[in-house]
Amino acid sequence: MSNHPNHMRTELRRVRYLGSARSGTTGSMHMRLTSLALVPLTVGFVWLALSLVGKPYRAALATLSQPVASIFLLLFILAGIYHMQLGIRNIVDDYVHDEHVKEWSLAANLFACFVVGIASVYAVMRLSFL
Amino acid sequence: MAEAQSRPEVTRHPRPLSPHLGVYRPMLTMMMSIAHRITGIVLSAGTLLLAWYLVAAASGPHAFEIAAGFLSSWLGLLILFGFTWALFHHLLGGVRHFIWDAGYGMDHPQREYLAQATLGGGILLTVLVWILAFLVR
Repeated sequence: MSNHPNHMRTELRRVRYLGSARSGTTGSMHMRLTSLALVPLTVGFVWLALSLVGKPYRAALATLSQPVASIFLLLFILAGIYHMQLGIRNIVDDYVHDEHVKEWSLAANLFACFVVGIASVYAVMRLSFL
Repeated sequence: MAEAQSRPEVTRHPRPLSPHLGVYRPMLTMMMSIAHRITGIVLSAGTLLLAWYLVAAASGPHAFEIAAGFLSSWLGLLILFGFTWALFHHLLGGVRHFIWDAGYGMDHPQREYLAQATLGGGILLTVLVWILAFLVR
């Protein structure tokens, strides 16, 4: 804290590059939680993918619109996309050192994950209500 | 806090860095670490393919035929084979990280065995799933 009551400077300059924002482990914890969830979800996804092999449109639709398949797919997509967003963020944080490029890359990552996630979720929902 | 008050402006001089990848002799554990990241990126690209397949299926028979046609072409199969391996490799790599998180498997022979098991297991599961895929087709 500044000793000068009329100081115009914020505390921001004192904390930048200096230490904890008290959110340091959130990403790591979420990474582990999503990977834990993704172990059974991936097995289920591979099972579903195998059941779709070689199926024509009508048969594939029948498989994809089963409630259990849809629920499994939705969970897999949500956990997977969140896991992917954290992973790409990790890689950007590690390798992109330019501040501007880094922020834009993180924003692009977030937007791309939302687009792919929403598109997939919408498609699964539409398939089950078609 | 007197010391903090008198701290000079934080300047961004290039700091000395710890030695990076280039100075080490390539090792299996190190290659597996890199492979884990690369398979992660590959799987991220794979979500695009999954999204395409699902949106195509939701769009109707014509769009579905295009997506399914591409996936069953030799290029599509090759890409799917690569994704299958990336998926299993990354999955087993994640399990390896859980074992480490629990505090096991970081000592010398164990970490080599874990790396070998991840590599071998990923290839084995990929081949198994593809044998199954050709059987159910």
